[in-house]
Amino acid sequence: MARTNAIRESFGDKLFLTLVYAFLAFILLAVLYPLLYIVSSSFSSPQAVISGRVWLFPVEFSLAGYKAIFSNPQVMTGYGNSLFYTVFGVLINVTMTVMLAYPISKSTFYGRNVIMVILVITMMFSGGLIPYYLTVKNLGILDTRWAMLLPGAMAVWQVIIARTFFQTSIPKELGEAAELDGCTDMGFLWRVVLPLSKPILAVLVLMYAVGHWNAYFEALIFLKSQELFPLQIVLRNILILNSIDSSMMVDANKMAAMQGLKDLLKFSLIVVATVPVLAIYPFVQKYFVQGILIGSLKG
Amino acid sequence: MPSSTGVIEREKSEVRVSGGSLLLRDRGKRVKRHWQLYLLVLLPLAYLFIFKYIPMYGAQIAFRDFSPVKGFLGSDWVGLANFSTFFKSPNFWLLIKNTLIISIYSLLIGFPAPIILALALNEVRNMRFKRFVQMVTFAPYFISTIVMVSMIILFLSPRLGFIDHILSAFGMEASNYMGIPSYFSSIFVWSNVWQGIGYGAVIYLAALAGINTDLYEAARVDGASRIQKVWHIDIPGIMPAAIILLILNVGQIMNVGFEKIYLMQNPLNTSASEVISTYVYKIGLLGANFSFSAAVDLFNSVINLILLLSVNYFARRVSDSSLW
Repeated sequence: MARTNAIRESFGDKLFLTLVYAFLAFILLAVLYPLLYIVSSSFSSPQAVISGRVWLFPVEFSLAGYKAIFSNPQVMTGYGNSLFYTVFGVLINVTMTVMLAYPISKSTFYGRNVIMVILVITMMFSGGLIPYYLTVKNLGILDTRWAMLLPGAMAVWQVIIARTFFQTSIPKELGEAAELDGCTDMGFLWRVVLPLSKPILAVLVLMYAVGHWNAYFEALIFLKSQELFPLQIVLRNILILNSIDSSMMVDANKMAAMQGLKDLLKFSLIVVATVPVLAIYPFVQKYFVQGILIGSLKG
Repeated sequence: MPSSTGVIEREKSEVRVSGGSLLLRDRGKRVKRHWQLYLLVLLPLAYLFIFKYIPMYGAQIAFRDFSPVKGFLGSDWVGLANFSTFFKSPNFWLLIKNTLIISIYSLLIGFPAPIILALALNEVRNMRFKRFVQMVTFAPYFISTIVMVSMIILFLSPRLGFIDHILSAFGMEASNYMGIPSYFSSIFVWSNVWQGIGYGAVIYLAALAGINTDLYEAARVDGASRIQKVWHIDIPGIMPAAIILLILNVGQIMNVGFEKIYLMQNPLNTSASEVISTYVYKIGLLGANFSFSAAVDLFNSVINLILLLSVNYFARRVSDSSLW
């Protein structure tokens, strides 16, 4: 004890530290409160929500909002579509990313510098929205599921993150040993590199999955058919454009109750749409942070 | 054992030409030996070509009068006509003004916010509290733009939002904040801070963890206060990372988040919320005015590139860190 306090804290230091803690406590509250408010409201009764009686904890506990959501066909189709786009999108993303990142991580790969230049150029220049849209249109995949999978099949930033990981974490000697033993490049990638790369694969899966689950822009510009809409577009129609079809209302004969349910529904929807990504986050936080760091080390 | 002799051969040849570039013959051999790797990159390169480079090539429709029947190359060449239409349009200065106000405001608030959080977290010695704050502040990063905007609308609504409850507790009147143009940029910028501060702080925390601990010990022996330590060790320690991120941010200055602004727009606040990217979307895709809209977009990108290059040049002159 005496050793750790070899130099006593001055008054100024204590004051500074107190201010730091007060600041952090304020940030903590400011981030946490809105989240709690949403969750509490979603579990309250419609009447309590519209009369503004919810402050912190649920008032008159009820599951009315959730019941309305899970009996709504639009929301359920959206959920299913988002799941589809996320699973297949991530599969394509990770495969494509590894296919490019692994070869250019090897110093013996002739042409890696050219490929890096090709990659970096796409980060600095882009054709813009209209030529992008016209390209997708010319491919004939407008208003199909492909439009949600192909244009975003790979992200340059993630390729660079993966390349940096392969470069720094796979010992060169392994590759040389495998080559001596007659292992092909493909066999080495499949049997040695990938099993050693679980952390970066987890990072890629997560970053891409969050992107797909939360994506709405592609759907907004490329999709027209309702049955293809991902959850985010359904959310936009209900939450922001305020268009809920009346079939959604469980109790259509009471106008007041309907309005209340409509408001309550928004809180429940927010919870239902966010829970899948938020739920996995505590388990994978360290990988996620690692991913951001790998990306920033040798950017 | 063909491959083992291959390796030995390669090693020999590398030794032979060390210091210079490899001979063409060796390059050919190497490509041949690693043909599988070259096969692997074909598909990703095709992707880049189709979805990144063809649109870049297609950007020339900004100089043409695009007609879908004639295509990219067949449409009539009109030179800078689309650009001059934009410069002369009554919307021009309003769009530039809104875009600049929102981006510079974002930069002034959004850029230092994660640095301040990281510096504060770095002072905390209670690891559990530190981790808890980090975990909670990181969480909003996972919220989608749609959900984020709906939360803003719900919280600010005079009927349902808690912000109004708080303000009315202080005797202020309820109003429709989303409909008041002068509030728009503040709502946009501060909600971004709320969502991104924890995510942004991670890189700075790593930079802080990388600072040589000898410096702290030396400072302690010299009797430095905590504030002096932050000022003279922590802040210079994260400067390189901060400068790189600043350059990248400035290079994006005209690209303020289209998705979020578009969702936050309503007829009451458009005078403050219409920015170049939302204008491009509305005129181009909703209005099918492809060439004009592509010209506006291109103008925007050119300004971004000029900003990026000049800030990078400036950073290289005054400090050691720059993008290249």
